[in-house]
Amino acid sequence: MTTGAPITEVSGRRSDGGHLEELRSDPIGLLTRLRDECGQVGSFDLAGRRVVVVTGAECNEWYFRAPEEDLDQAEAYPFMKPIFGEGVVFDASPERRREMLHNQALRDRYMRGHAETIAREVDEMVADWEDTASGSVDLLDFFAELTIYTSSSCLIGRKFRDSLDRRFADLYHDLERGTDALAFVDPYADIESFHQRDRSRAELVELVGDIMDERLRGAPAEGDDRDLLDVLLSIRTDDGALQFDADIVTGIFISMMFAGHHTTSTTAAWTLLELLRHPDQLDAVVRELDELASESERAGLDLTYQALREMPLLESAIKEALRLHPPLILLLRVARRDLEVAGVRIPAGDLVGATPAVSNRLDAAFADAGGFDLTRYLPPREEDLENPWDWIPFGAGRHRCVGAAFAMMQLKAIFAVLLTRFRFSLAQDPDSYRTDHSKMVVQLAQPCVVDWEGR
Amino acid sequence: MRWRIVVDDDLCQGHGVCESEAPEVFSVSKDGVLTVLQPAPDDVHRPTVDLAVRYCPTHAIRLIEE
Repeated sequence: MTTGAPITEVSGRRSDGGHLEELRSDPIGLLTRLRDECGQVGSFDLAGRRVVVVTGAECNEWYFRAPEEDLDQAEAYPFMKPIFGEGVVFDASPERRREMLHNQALRDRYMRGHAETIAREVDEMVADWEDTASGSVDLLDFFAELTIYTSSSCLIGRKFRDSLDRRFADLYHDLERGTDALAFVDPYADIESFHQRDRSRAELVELVGDIMDERLRGAPAEGDDRDLLDVLLSIRTDDGALQFDADIVTGIFISMMFAGHHTTSTTAAWTLLELLRHPDQLDAVVRELDELASESERAGLDLTYQALREMPLLESAIKEALRLHPPLILLLRVARRDLEVAGVRIPAGDLVGATPAVSNRLDAAFADAGGFDLTRYLPPREEDLENPWDWIPFGAGRHRCVGAAFAMMQLKAIFAVLLTRFRFSLAQDPDSYRTDHSKMVVQLAQPCVVDWEGR
Repeated sequence: MRWRIVVDDDLCQGHGVCESEAPEVFSVSKDGVLTVLQPAPDDVHRPTVDLAVRYCPTHAIRLIEE
């Protein structure tokens, strides 16, 4: 039994649903006020369930180092279950994640091939841009579609990616829109975004089922021609039937792509938008990319893997976009036993959250925390490395995003193509671009249009 | 001055970048478990170990000078 002070609750609890409505409409306002009123440990009420929120380096380190027996991630995200489907787990133990890393093509030795794949996908997305000298593009539509192709190609296989088109991206987007926080009360509540989620998932199953049927009609693929779908199709039960039907296969693919999709898409959009809002810093990034491109050209090579690792200014721009606009604003676990942090007692059963949206902007860790400043990541400042428990867009510790290195490489590869070939400008009022926080999976609010012209 | 390698096991996820940079010092098994083959390597390995520290995706590796 632990001792320690009771938890302070943030103001604003309503008699119906506690803070649920505020979480659905203005989660960052809620989490920021919680930090202001309660300090590094406070709570809000999620329709009768307490959510303890910790912020700051000391508490975050405790949070991210906690073993599964203390803080368990497996049951913390009820809104994912209807998306992935039965039989597909949302999370695995850190040990299992290590194993998965090796099967999931995220290991370092595969990154070089992924870099080429991503550059090719960007080329294809902008192939028809060459027909006109200029145009405009909606960043949510563009990056959401592009990252469907890159993630399916890198994680599942080129062959599967080639059977996808815009339809898959649109249906997938409906799944992401089906993450209303109301799911904490009832994941199947009678609201339109949940109905749309279920209809779109069913359509995805049909789409994947058609691709499976087509594969089964042809000759079995062999050797290097096999992608993950071929592997799944080759696994049979004792009586020769498919081990995994279209529903399960779709669930596996959805879950594999989920963590890396909206996150990368949103970060790509914000990286470009913040750079366009800060033209001096954009110029510096473009100069860096132009120099690397001409070096590669002189050497007669495509942009090399090593070059992608060495883009300090572009990398800083991506890190700033992640810090200011983290794609996940509240990370959750369930307390498995009575715990104590910073002198405060957390009883078993409470949800416990860490919040990149608040921690990433703490004045104690970051100079001019609200400003967009590439130099904060360059030596000698290196504010991300100096504050590993406050700079947490990827989480930290045992559950840190295993795709972080892949994501960073992917974003660099995308902008290495886009910024060297096109000049972008804001098509709307600079302050009109914003994140839609009405779902747990945050996305850019539309319209979010920028103009482009060939360089 | 001698130096040695310290790994924070809470942070390591077995990406294998260290193994790519310095295979004579780091080995990552098939199931993602890191073994430091030489916890206090000779100076000849220092450049590649420095790269492993720098590019470790989870910043799990530190060098301690003693």
